[in-house]
Amino acid sequence: MKLLVAVKRVVDYNARIRVKADQTGVELANVKTSMNPFCEIAVEEALRLKEQKVAKEVVVVSVGPKSSQDTIRTALAMGADRGAHVLTDQALLPLNIAKLLAAVARKEDANLILLGKQAIDDDCNQTGQMLAALLKWPQATFASKLEIDQATNKARVTREVDGGLQTLICGLPAVITTDLRLNQPRYATLPNIMKAKKKPIEALNPEALGVTLTKAYKRVKVEEPAKRKGGIMVSSVAELMDKLRNEAKVL
Amino acid sequence: MLARRAWPRASSHIILSKLVRNAQTAAATPRRDEYAAISDRDIAFFLDVLGDRGVITDPDALQPLNRDWIGKYEGSSRLALKPQNTEQVSQILRHCNANRIAVVPQGGNTGLVGGSVPLFDEVLIMTGAMNKVISFDPVLGMLTCEAGCVLEQLDRHVGEQGHTMPLDLGAKGSCQIGGNVSTNAGGLRYLRYGSMHGNVSGLEVVLADGTILDLMSTLRKDNTGYDLKQLFIGGEGTLGIITKVAMLCPVKPASVQVAYLAVPTFQHAQQVFQKAKQHLGEILSAFEFLDHPSLIMTLKHLPNIKNPLPDIQTPIYLVVETSGSNLEHDFGKLEVFLEEAYNDEMIADGTIAQDSSQQASIWNLRESISEGLRHAGAVYKYDLSLPPNDMYKLVEEMRSRMKHLPVTVVGYGHMGDSNLHLNISAAKYDQEILSHIEPFVYEWTASKKGSISAEHGLGQMKPECITYSKSQEAVDLMGKFKSLLDPNQILNPYKLLPEKNRLYQPAHGHIQQSSAVTR
Repeated sequence: MKLLVAVKRVVDYNARIRVKADQTGVELANVKTSMNPFCEIAVEEALRLKEQKVAKEVVVVSVGPKSSQDTIRTALAMGADRGAHVLTDQALLPLNIAKLLAAVARKEDANLILLGKQAIDDDCNQTGQMLAALLKWPQATFASKLEIDQATNKARVTREVDGGLQTLICGLPAVITTDLRLNQPRYATLPNIMKAKKKPIEALNPEALGVTLTKAYKRVKVEEPAKRKGGIMVSSVAELMDKLRNEAKVL
Repeated sequence: MLARRAWPRASSHIILSKLVRNAQTAAATPRRDEYAAISDRDIAFFLDVLGDRGVITDPDALQPLNRDWIGKYEGSSRLALKPQNTEQVSQILRHCNANRIAVVPQGGNTGLVGGSVPLFDEVLIMTGAMNKVISFDPVLGMLTCEAGCVLEQLDRHVGEQGHTMPLDLGAKGSCQIGGNVSTNAGGLRYLRYGSMHGNVSGLEVVLADGTILDLMSTLRKDNTGYDLKQLFIGGEGTLGIITKVAMLCPVKPASVQVAYLAVPTFQHAQQVFQKAKQHLGEILSAFEFLDHPSLIMTLKHLPNIKNPLPDIQTPIYLVVETSGSNLEHDFGKLEVFLEEAYNDEMIADGTIAQDSSQQASIWNLRESISEGLRHAGAVYKYDLSLPPNDMYKLVEEMRSRMKHLPVTVVGYGHMGDSNLHLNISAAKYDQEILSHIEPFVYEWTASKKGSISAEHGLGQMKPECITYSKSQEAVDLMGKFKSLLDPNQILNPYKLLPEKNRLYQPAHGHIQQSSAVTR
């Protein structure tokens, strides 16, 4: 089985971000970046499937500028076999990403695609679902447990949903997105970090994949959330009711 | 900044045998008759100066203040004071000095030698309410603040302006800067930024008689007279109470990298250190080691700690950190260094943290060893400076010396500073175990011309050991300074200086050598 794992380079979850003065976006220069934590979990799961001899090859793909290659290298250092980098300097939203990934999946003839459930920079939680729809493959999202039954060519996925845990079985090939409790990613060890330098990363681009990128959105403004105002003490129930009704307008 | 936890309080299930409370003092220290007991009149005075909220007499509230973080030392103070400003500290001390009331200054109470807790009924003077940041100059990197500011909060504060505190230790969530300065705290960044003696540019200190000594200065260079502040840095609260600090903060590094390495022997670790200095030189910011037993102990008692290299087991592990201005350059340097070390077989395996959560996880492991040991039961802690070649030999000798006893001997510490933390973990404190450790460990250290307390200080644990590392003439001179600044010996008594150098004044004013008054 060939696994395709999609990874995204995001601002490090611990980095403090600021909105640009011109409100066109977030200040990204000199901000620390790393692999999206949920993508890391996806890579880890793929590597485990390979160790269990369920998968034969793990290919990692990322869409983005040149710096996305660092993220692919990290996945290779963890143990992935090959990388594919779709080079584009445009900031793309899930639908375009899904179209590109679908093209890569077809090109690679993948049997299973693993993605993080969402990226921590935009929190969209859409790419996996759109990808499945474009490929017309089944999807199982928010996976907290994944079992592959090679005999029946099905995947048994436990999903974390609002009401608790849901288990579903879907046929392969499928798209699966990972949730936090699926696994704890391994550290990249030195021998693998060194081997990773020699592993190939294929250079791709949207035109070569035959994908036309749509520009359906225009970012109008980015601003910080309103600063939390301090609370005030009220002196009587009457005053409280007045404020709730006339200031907070919740009654 | 990396997210860190607050230093937790001693867990209640640790069984403390009161009978062996002062297990590590050579002979039980008696309470000196020179000191007055607290009277209602005194309490009334303090209430007048500090108000209700500044005077604590409730036994339940006093209990955690009376006991140190490890749970090894416990005093019986019946009064804790919480001044809000320097003027109040001055009034308190003036009163205590006039009435010969012994006091113990206390910050975060995270010290490891019992220096921040009373032995008997000394009055606690807490600095925690004096916790304002006064100013920060981002051009110089100069921070001025009150002594009760918590280190982690200061780091966050200066972090917002692109700087970092010059020290970092596991207790950062609770320790206060006044205490850090009074103990000349070392920590994880010592290798890069040096000691408090270099980073503190000014202090405000209240002396025993209430005099407010203004040594606050934000100047980088000032050669006008004797540098008095150096006496109080590392003075452990025995010469004065620090109320304000001016400290130089370095620029926050743009790129921090952390690597965790498994090395076959301590000798290999030393080779790695030399190579690290060559390759990483100016960006090397920490070089820590831990041995396999420390790793096991920590993983066993703290379930949230992860082993970065679960597939390999070696006697020694290293945490190497670089802090520099350029991510690509630094990562490149680190990769070259590690590749070479690996190919030369200096290291068996290793990992470079790929993001800040992996960095935090590796540091968490190193910083939690102390806590893991505490969960395991009683722990005898030794903090020693030793020549690099001898550092781990002591751990091995101690292990073989105690192999017939129910103990685990672990070694870890700041390899880059030649500072070993030797810890012996046992189910409970026991005189027989202690007799196998002391005075052997001190004699061994003295024979290598090392320090019997690299960074923890002397507190109430090691005054009588001071001559293992300092000459008698030096200690005698220290005693004279103490008498000069605190003739009534009220500041943090029974600590730092050995008993024969504590020169008590009888009521008629002649200094006489102290002689133990047994009860």
